[in-house]
Amino acid sequence: MNTISLDKPLIKRRPFSFEKWAPALLLLTAIILYVVACIVTGQTQYLTLDNLLAVVGRSIALGITAIGQTFAILVASIDLSVASLISASAVLSSVVMNGNPDMVVPAIVLALILGAVVGLLNGLVITQLKVNPLIATLGMSLIIQGVLSAFVSNFAGSVPEEFQFFAYGSVFGLPFGTVFFFGLAFLAFFILRYTRFGSQIYAVGGNPDAARFAGISTTKMIVSAHIICSICAVIAGLYLASRLRSGAPWIGSDGLYDLESIAVVVIGGTILAGGRGGIWGTVAGMLIFSLVDSFFNIIEIDAFVKQVLRGVIIVAAVAFYSVKSRRAVA
Amino acid sequence: MKQKPVIEMQNIGKGFPGVVALNAVSIECYSGEIHALVGENGAGKSTLIKILSGVIQPDSGRITLDGEAVSFKHPLESLNAGISVIYQEFSLLPDRSVAQNIFLGRELTHRGILQNAQMNAQTRKILDMFVGGKKIDPETPLSSLDVASQQMVEIAKAISLNSKVLVMDEPTAALNEAECQELFESVEMLRDRGTAIIYITHRMREVTRLADKVTVLKDGEIAARFNSMPAPEDIVRAMVGRDITQFYAPFASPEEISQQVLCVKGGANASIHNINFSLHAGEILGIAGIQGAGRNALAMAIFGHIPFTQGEVTLLGNKVHLTNPRQAIAAGIGLLPGDRKSEGLTLKQSIRDNAMLSSRALAGIFSSHKANKYIDLAGIDLLLDKMEVKAPSYDYEIQNLSGGNQQKAIVARALSLNPKVLIFIEPTRGIDVNTKASIYQLMRDLARKGTGIIMISSDLPEVVGVSDRVLVMHEGTIAAEFSSGAQEADIMLAATGEMGAVA
Repeated sequence: MNTISLDKPLIKRRPFSFEKWAPALLLLTAIILYVVACIVTGQTQYLTLDNLLAVVGRSIALGITAIGQTFAILVASIDLSVASLISASAVLSSVVMNGNPDMVVPAIVLALILGAVVGLLNGLVITQLKVNPLIATLGMSLIIQGVLSAFVSNFAGSVPEEFQFFAYGSVFGLPFGTVFFFGLAFLAFFILRYTRFGSQIYAVGGNPDAARFAGISTTKMIVSAHIICSICAVIAGLYLASRLRSGAPWIGSDGLYDLESIAVVVIGGTILAGGRGGIWGTVAGMLIFSLVDSFFNIIEIDAFVKQVLRGVIIVAAVAFYSVKSRRAVA
Repeated sequence: MKQKPVIEMQNIGKGFPGVVALNAVSIECYSGEIHALVGENGAGKSTLIKILSGVIQPDSGRITLDGEAVSFKHPLESLNAGISVIYQEFSLLPDRSVAQNIFLGRELTHRGILQNAQMNAQTRKILDMFVGGKKIDPETPLSSLDVASQQMVEIAKAISLNSKVLVMDEPTAALNEAECQELFESVEMLRDRGTAIIYITHRMREVTRLADKVTVLKDGEIAARFNSMPAPEDIVRAMVGRDITQFYAPFASPEEISQQVLCVKGGANASIHNINFSLHAGEILGIAGIQGAGRNALAMAIFGHIPFTQGEVTLLGNKVHLTNPRQAIAAGIGLLPGDRKSEGLTLKQSIRDNAMLSSRALAGIFSSHKANKYIDLAGIDLLLDKMEVKAPSYDYEIQNLSGGNQQKAIVARALSLNPKVLIFIEPTRGIDVNTKASIYQLMRDLARKGTGIIMISSDLPEVVGVSDRVLVMHEGTIAAEFSSGAQEADIMLAATGEMGAVA
């Protein structure tokens, strides 16, 4: 029935992989939408490089969180505690710095330690106590938020001007935050693609039994992924403290960083079941999110309608994947 | 030359609660030898392999590898010692490339950076060693390969691990003819390189084609050992040779078998083809065959779960086209699933609720919980009484019942709808001997009342003892038909595709 395969070797003729390109396709669609909206409404001032950088800049915290979330989701786990951790990190660093430039480094170190501990606890509760990650991290989120609210109720402390460089500084004429974000994305990409650690992250998410039989410690990988996820959330919190010049206990939950970081990862083509996906998809997902937001602003849509449409877009994007990839498989 | 066996398992014993899975089983395999391990389902082959690879621990006996006593607590230990097992379900990662799968857990790195090019090149080299491997691209994701190629990847993995012993568990189960030939060549290539191969199969053809030695397992014991290739009939006889016990109900008399209730003509779908048979009221039609021969696919097609895509089905004289189980149940077909726990029961509900499941489902949405147009609670209690379901109360959670009593509750569920055709899949799997007899009696009573019964079973004595007529499936179609009193050996030959060669 298939005579071609007998004569010609099938080597080096890999079929077009829809899944690999889907995030790029979605991003392209978002860009086209955005550009068309700018032109149609005559607001071409939004098409300048500065404005595009501003579009990206608005979502830096979300992007950083989503990079961490990608690691958690790749090992078939999930982290709902990132939003609370972002608040905790922002408040902790802002209170420790309290306007004193000498306290910047200790504050950052302290926040990172907090992240590592939260990630370690999340990972251990999931792997050792066998608690479903959804519940384990939801519990962690409530604990962090509760402790935080017991101490502060509004902006606490302040960050010195030096630390505001993170959000407002620029290098090579580009915003530092944006450069930092892409640097972090590249680092994450490199780890996932070119190190044994990354390879094993995919293995654990793809088939935990096969990974275990191949001698990989699934516990170590899941715990590591959670530590990375929490540290990324802490960095996002530091960024927000720098941007807002202080930390408040509600900035994480108000920004919906938990659910939106998951949405960004999933729109980027990483599957919730684990083992498939990657960082560039997540970056594309984050760009799609900010472009769509800006698109709504340009066409001046009502805020509630906007919320509804965002929901529709998330579901539609994921449906687009599953329907398309099912057809590709069949 | 009198070398030592590479792998030697001596007097292995293993019991599970209530059963002796293995009793003093010994098997050894030399370098450059293919040792076939054959036996019916449940003979203990899988248990033996799990012990060898360290998935489970034996109760008694010893294993020596290269003359040294070993004891594996984890599959990883046996893998590191040089024993690779290729299970029927592969342990591969679908979303990773061929090379990434082969080097899983022992990736090549240089200063912490993956050496992808090197891994791809080494994979290429290994794949080029056998015919079927040449067309596989090391960088292609595994999910885009067909089953045969995925199996090549498993074999390649064993080569790259430099395994001394390779165990293959029914490797041809999912392969077509041409793919089988490629596989055989790969296996022979491995043997010629000096690997000791333990090859598990039911198919006589593969045994005669590949094996140097044959060990037949039966009921957890060694039934026969052949150090050179015997005639296929001898192997088959050793596999099935036992007395048919007396607990089967008598067969139907000719006058008990009446009009045709079900007829399939030219039925086919993705897994079965050219299905032609009829079923009469009052008869029990047994369907035999090895795993993957299409027996379950046939049942699922009749039941509308994975429907026929071609052919026609006549039920009680009317042409029907059933595309889901709900339609099939409404049309008068009942099915008793083979895997009670996952397909048959809502474990945490009561016996009564489980028995009412189908009638409630088919009754209108506004019908009462207690009674519907098919049956009411009193009626279901009566059915359960008649079936002699043993339980403290019918409000008892069904998960606490024995397998036999659970099975009876499912039969009650099917009977509440007064079916014309009942399909039993593995009706006595996991059920103790005494309850088995009462299930057989129940099936016979139902047939006498005019139901047409199809019984799919892997238990050959059961097929022979219960069925008024036997269909044997092989490679997706009906390969043979026997009337009551057929010989187990003949059925086995038809099921393994050896009929032409022997008959």
